[in-house]
Amino acid sequence: MQTVKPIEQRNAAIQQYASVKRLTMGKVIIYLFLISLAVICIIPFYLMLIYSTHNNATIASTFTFLPGPFLVDNYTNMASKINIWRGFANSFFIAGTSTVLSLYIGSLTGYGFAKFKFKGRTGLFLFLLATMMVPGQLALIGMYRLFSTLGLLDSYAAIILPAAANAFNVFFIKQFMESSIPDEIIESARVDSAGEFRTFNQIVLPILGPAISALGIFTFIGSWNNFLTPLVLFFSLDKYPLPVLVALVQGYYGMDYGLLYLGVAISILPIIIVFAVFSKQIIGSVALGAVKG
Amino acid sequence: MFAKSIRKDHYGYYFIAPFFILFAIFGLYPILYSLYISFTNFDGITTPDFVGIGNYVAVLQDPLFYKTLFNTLFIWGVSVVPQLTVSLVLAFILNDKLLKGRDIFRAVYFFPNIVTAASLGLLVSLIFDWQSGGLNHFLVQVGLIDNPINWKNDPWFMRLIVSSILFFQYFGYSMVIYLAGLQGIDPALQEAAQMDGAKKKHIFIHIIVPMLRPIILFQMITSIIGGIQIFDQPFTLTNGTGGPDRAAMTSIMYLYNVAFQSTRFGYGAAIAFCLFIIIILLSVVSFMMTKRKSRA
Repeated sequence: MQTVKPIEQRNAAIQQYASVKRLTMGKVIIYLFLISLAVICIIPFYLMLIYSTHNNATIASTFTFLPGPFLVDNYTNMASKINIWRGFANSFFIAGTSTVLSLYIGSLTGYGFAKFKFKGRTGLFLFLLATMMVPGQLALIGMYRLFSTLGLLDSYAAIILPAAANAFNVFFIKQFMESSIPDEIIESARVDSAGEFRTFNQIVLPILGPAISALGIFTFIGSWNNFLTPLVLFFSLDKYPLPVLVALVQGYYGMDYGLLYLGVAISILPIIIVFAVFSKQIIGSVALGAVKG
Repeated sequence: MFAKSIRKDHYGYYFIAPFFILFAIFGLYPILYSLYISFTNFDGITTPDFVGIGNYVAVLQDPLFYKTLFNTLFIWGVSVVPQLTVSLVLAFILNDKLLKGRDIFRAVYFFPNIVTAASLGLLVSLIFDWQSGGLNHFLVQVGLIDNPINWKNDPWFMRLIVSSILFFQYFGYSMVIYLAGLQGIDPALQEAAQMDGAKKKHIFIHIIVPMLRPIILFQMITSIIGGIQIFDQPFTLTNGTGGPDRAAMTSIMYLYNVAFQSTRFGYGAAIAFCLFIIIILLSVVSFMMTKRKSRA
């Protein structure tokens, strides 16, 4: 018995090694499946880039997967009709300010919930979680009315202020804070007689850095992709964020395909770049938020 | 020290106050105001008249509401089933540490999720265009069809194409969430089963799926909430028209048309609250379904 067992174990180990190294039929099928799915994910964006370099005549008559010479023509054509960089700047401004605001307010709130044991804490936090279940469209009509009363329709504030109270960010930061900021740090700051808000701004906030930056990228993309709210609350062409501007272009210049492809490409390109740089953090924050939830 | 920390606890209110003030003004108040408007015939200009449940009665008798609800549920259902199953299988495959290129596959599958949904709808619209679309040219060129197909003229095809966009955008997202759930399962469990001669298929069905049940429930409920809100993709895909015979007009598109194009705000608000009730009902049903399964 005693001599047989090690041999068995060794055989099992060899078998396992062999099955790892050998390219079995099953493995080939799995890789083919994975690769074809990956190709499907990339093709639309590849075609988008390719078609933005062709003129109407080519796009309307042939299939091509090679770049053409008309990128500059399409661009000058587009620039003469719509101010795409204005849309770009709008998107950047709206996404940037609402991300910074919602992260700061989210951190304040998360800190309040994580480190202070005040009365009604659990109830308020459950309320906050429950609001995440409510679809945003419920508020849309009331919001339109509210901002029209305040005279803030067609202003950036109409998008930024509601976005500043982001319940998901609060939830995410609170979870992170509970596990990674020891009470002792806060206690010792208190002993050194630092004010509560000074402790937060100078000690807690810097420790939150990595979590906040991951969340920030995610919030930024979410805001960049926001479509319905600006479509409803904005009226002037020079206020629209990029995705709305590009979608509206379809109605005005529906037959100008090179221009449309280029517009779509410009509205997606920042996302491609952000993702190429930060894919790990983005995927990580999605996973963390979901599992903790 | 204990006494000291108790004395500081009221500071918590100051820290959470900005959020709740902002939320009360720009989140809660608009929702309650929408609720109030849903009982009026508010048109955006004249003062709202109280009409009781009149709007709700009208919504429940509105054939177009049912049609858009059917469109929404059909589009959602057709996309969500493959989305949740394919992503579960993918997560299982990609959780294997011996697989090469795991991170690359993960990133590539996730990528469509963060692409602007509105732009994606427009892009698909361009690719499926009858005369100028890349797809028709490709199919003609390889000889699969003789003449370009007018894809966007077929109601069922339009619904399916929105479903496909949603699948395309969300299978990678669900996969990442499943993968995170898989990280929480003790690898010893799988190894033990493997030692006992269990095949991958059986490990998947008898260990992985049951242990991921809470995550599956989470995915189902979030996908219901998201599914009822489908707007960006069909809106840009059909240039705001809803496609042939309004086949791809979702409920939120209908809400948008009613409230902001026809300025019937009261009726639009009633639609919004009907949709909210449907979301709650569906969430409860899916919650009970997963509960029952786990008892069996």
